Amino acid sequence: MFKGNFINNLPKIYGTYTGGFIVFIILMAIAEQAGMSAKVIGICFVAFTVLIYALIGYLSRTIQVDAYYLAGRQVPTVFNGMATAADWMSGASFVAMAGGIYFKGYGYMALLVGWTGGYVLVASLLAPYLRKFGCYTVPDFIGTRYGGNLARLSAVIVLTVASFTYVTAQINATGTIASVALDIPFNIAVYVGLASILMCSMLGGMRAVTWTQVAQYIVLIIAYLIPVFWISNKMGAGVFPHLMLADEVARIAELEAQFGLGDVKNSAADLKQVPKGLSGITKAHAEVNTTPWKFISLAVCMMAGTASLPHVMMRYFTTPSVKAARRSVGWSLFFIFLLYSSAPMLATLSKLSLMDPNLATGIIGKSISEVQAIDWYQNWNQANLMFVSDFNGNGTLELNEFFMGGKAVVLATPEIAGLPYVISGLVAAGGMAAAMSTADGLVLAISNALSHDIYYKMINPKAETAKRLLIARVLLVLIGFAGATIAALEIQGILGSVIWAFDFAMSGLFFPLVLGVWWKRANAQGAVAGMLGGLAAGTAYLIAVRSGYPGFLDITQLTFGIVGSVVSLVLMIVVSLATKAPDAATQKMVDEVRVPSGKAILGRQH
Amino acid sequence: MSKQAQHWEKTRGLLFVTLAIWFVFSIGIFLFGAEMEASSIRPFGYPLSYYMTCQGSLGIFVILIFWFAGRQEKIDEEFGFSEREDG
Repeated sequence: MFKGNFINNLPKIYGTYTGGFIVFIILMAIAEQAGMSAKVIGICFVAFTVLIYALIGYLSRTIQVDAYYLAGRQVPTVFNGMATAADWMSGASFVAMAGGIYFKGYGYMALLVGWTGGYVLVASLLAPYLRKFGCYTVPDFIGTRYGGNLARLSAVIVLTVASFTYVTAQINATGTIASVALDIPFNIAVYVGLASILMCSMLGGMRAVTWTQVAQYIVLIIAYLIPVFWISNKMGAGVFPHLMLADEVARIAELEAQFGLGDVKNSAADLKQVPKGLSGITKAHAEVNTTPWKFISLAVCMMAGTASLPHVMMRYFTTPSVKAARRSVGWSLFFIFLLYSSAPMLATLSKLSLMDPNLATGIIGKSISEVQAIDWYQNWNQANLMFVSDFNGNGTLELNEFFMGGKAVVLATPEIAGLPYVISGLVAAGGMAAAMSTADGLVLAISNALSHDIYYKMINPKAETAKRLLIARVLLVLIGFAGATIAALEIQGILGSVIWAFDFAMSGLFFPLVLGVWWKRANAQGAVAGMLGGLAAGTAYLIAVRSGYPGFLDITQLTFGIVGSVVSLVLMIVVSLATKAPDAATQKMVDEVRVPSGKAILGRQH
Repeated sequence: MSKQAQHWEKTRGLLFVTLAIWFVFSIGIFLFGAEMEASSIRPFGYPLSYYMTCQGSLGIFVILIFWFAGRQEKIDEEFGFSEREDG
């Protein structure tokens, strides 16, 4: 099945798979009507989908270097777009983003602009040129373009810092979902999540990850869109929510005024009772509630970070041609757009379901005891994701007395809006798919950089294929375990760690990558200074702000990439110009990279 | 000027146009968040600021990348630098 004309059969294979998944959802819906318990449905959804991914991972096992690192360079444009979208949309996009928008409104919607606008930079500045280069990993490009092990090593360091920060967040997300769906403690669930991630990537490397990511994209997009459309229709808000929720957005503003949003501030003593990580609604839903600079600085960091994150960039190394790499970026963004444009709609529907007293689901304004008796409230309260308390002692639930975890907005909304439990099971499976697919890509990016760039290129260039692949797999498992161990500590929330990862990547890699293609004069000394100096400056600023330094220019711990990348750019230009220009061979190589035709710079097997 | 230099000049020109459009819709318009909110242009009834952050800019980026890819392919063909399909 995975041999011969497998590539030509892709539409048929994934068509069948999608059909099968929909049949599975219908069977679960029937089982629910027949009395299957919510818990069993949740377990079925998560277990069934994870087993399918593991099966795809097993069928795609390989012992060829080219297939392990690049999926054989034959992934068609549209499918690579889907795989990239899954690779890209993590637990943060799926589980946490709608929550961020729910709580912070317009200020956090900068993430939507940033996480999509970055693809314009990917398509125009980098992806086609790096594809032409023919590298296996991002440090492979840096190492060959600038020359020397120091440049290669610096790129591996930046890559590892950024990707590792990112991956702990994803393992945290798989753990959260597995613990809710399978009803096991979080610190065990983290390792269950890890095992599923490794099953997909260990045997087949990039090839296995590609085909599981396509499967995961299909699950996650179905799981995201069905609730949005269903709730919107159930509420009578509109058949096609994306174009029809204007009245609902206006209605929320009306209710915010009615319930006195922002009039009552909770005292510090009251807030102490609220479990860690939960928050109430303190910002208006759709109003412009932030300064232009805050909005733009966050968007800029996310855009530059997008163009520097190695796990995304390496997906474009797998396309058959440079032309396909360019088009593939467009498809990636299209598939991402489908989910991102739905997130604010989900946040709107979720908030209205909870707030509007005219809806049966509304809880604000009801008596506290009534709310505490609701089934879903009890479930999510037990999971430490929801909390109410009668601060002013009037017996009624006020807007400032209701608290929810960011993750709960996506995971609990189907239940809150009164949808059958089968939809909650589906959403859990979608969240799991999103977090797993990103974790796969990240763990693979790190272990490939270590095995290819450090081990093969620097330590033992004579290593034979079998040994290289063995090392790659051992590293994959080790990195996964390290990530899971740190995830179990829960240092930072999902969305926060992901934003940091973008800032790290932007600080160290953005300018060295871009200038590698667009500025011939850039040399190794400049690139090393740019990568290490940028990363160090960004990290120093983050630590300073975390330990109480007020910062400058309103640059916060979410936007420290601006400091890092500016330092990186300045260092790179100054040091490059102060040292010798790259030799003629390197300059010629850059010329070669700039045209699509002709041989790849690096050979097919290297 | 060599064929390669001309090709690169056109490629760079396309890059600047692409980045200019990108700049307007990712940064430029958000300098005027409050003005967009107050604007009487309300796509599908949403405030303009809200609409652009949810869908408007995002959709423009999708179209922009496909447009860019098409133009770049034309430039590559013009100078005979496009890949052979079997390549």
